[in-house]
Amino acid sequence: MTLLRAEGLVKSFGKTHALDGAGITIRAGEVVAVMGPSGSGKSTLLHCLAGILPPDSGTVHYRDRELTSMNDGDRSELRRTEFGFVFQFGQLVPELTCLENVALPLRLSGMKRKDAERAANEWLARLEVDGVADQRPGETSGGQGQRVAVARALVTGPKVIFADEPTGALDSLNGERVMHLLTTAARETGAAVVLVTHEPRVAAYSDREVVVRDGRSRDVEFAR
Amino acid sequence: MVCIVPLMSIGHALLGLLEGGPRHGYDLKRAYDERFGQDRPLHYGQVYSTLSRLLKNGLVTEAGVEAGDGPERKRYAITDAGVTDVERWLSTPEKPEPYLQNTLYAKVVLALLSGRSAVEVLDTQRSAHLGTMRELTRRKADGDLADQLICDFALFHLEADLRWLELTAARVDQLAVEVKR
Repeated sequence: MTLLRAEGLVKSFGKTHALDGAGITIRAGEVVAVMGPSGSGKSTLLHCLAGILPPDSGTVHYRDRELTSMNDGDRSELRRTEFGFVFQFGQLVPELTCLENVALPLRLSGMKRKDAERAANEWLARLEVDGVADQRPGETSGGQGQRVAVARALVTGPKVIFADEPTGALDSLNGERVMHLLTTAARETGAAVVLVTHEPRVAAYSDREVVVRDGRSRDVEFAR
Repeated sequence: MVCIVPLMSIGHALLGLLEGGPRHGYDLKRAYDERFGQDRPLHYGQVYSTLSRLLKNGLVTEAGVEAGDGPERKRYAITDAGVTDVERWLSTPEKPEPYLQNTLYAKVVLALLSGRSAVEVLDTQRSAHLGTMRELTRRKADGDLADQLICDFALFHLEADLRWLELTAARVDQLAVEVKR
């Protein structure tokens, strides 16, 4: 089943053309690597797909709803309930403990503190970082912090996880651990993953790849 | 472009395995396959022809006959000369491959010269490389430490190829101008 479909995306920042007619299709439960050189537009594509950035033209559909014509409130609601995000760094709230960070999206959706923290604890254990539950992000290692971020992305039971260079700040071993746990958890819960990476060994955790070059995407599978 | 890995010296590997004590040919084959064979187990013929060469060169000696599971019962032991040979092999670095003969580079140039799409050549190869990397990544996830290290060796080499593919894709227009000069 197609979850996300983007067509003819164009996005410019001043005179820089980040996307120039890019498209992509994401089906339920698949892990898709978005690859390409630095500056090719892959992160911009992810941001447009996730409804974070509005494209200048082109459309993004999530199931039968068009993200690109939604108002900001509806798009925020969709992001909070259906999507999860993992970035390279800087995504956890430094003043909160890791447990509170993971519980945060549930609390924002109105869940009681006790229930939210119970769910957060389960996800921290699943990502093998329950030992840092009471620590603040600054007190954890890079690898632990990313696993906490993955737990937070998954805690709401999203249908799509957007991961932008999730291992970019980690060494090989920690990066692979994060990728293994992220893709295993996503496959177990049936979430699709849109994984932006320039690292082939990270892309190897995907089911297929889409290549972005000069703002245009080439969906290798669908092109055949 | 194929990932070129130095081929294992079977003679040295068998000698190394014999350092733990005398074994018969079938047992040696099993030990080799388990540790180093991966997808390429030894043929019996290779084992016995290698042992016969090692015997001729005085690196192993016959050490009696033993009842075993396989067809060969003759046991072999490593000699002092064999131990010295293993030591020399272990302390000699493998020659780093120069990687200067590159089929894919030739394909890219020939595609450009003939007006075909070099990017298509590069993308097709990228897809094949990533496919193999996916298989190795899955195998690594299900394997023990030995599997992980062996797969990592292959993954790092394939990754190096992919980085080259990416770099070449980024410079293909420039290369097109140069090859047509």
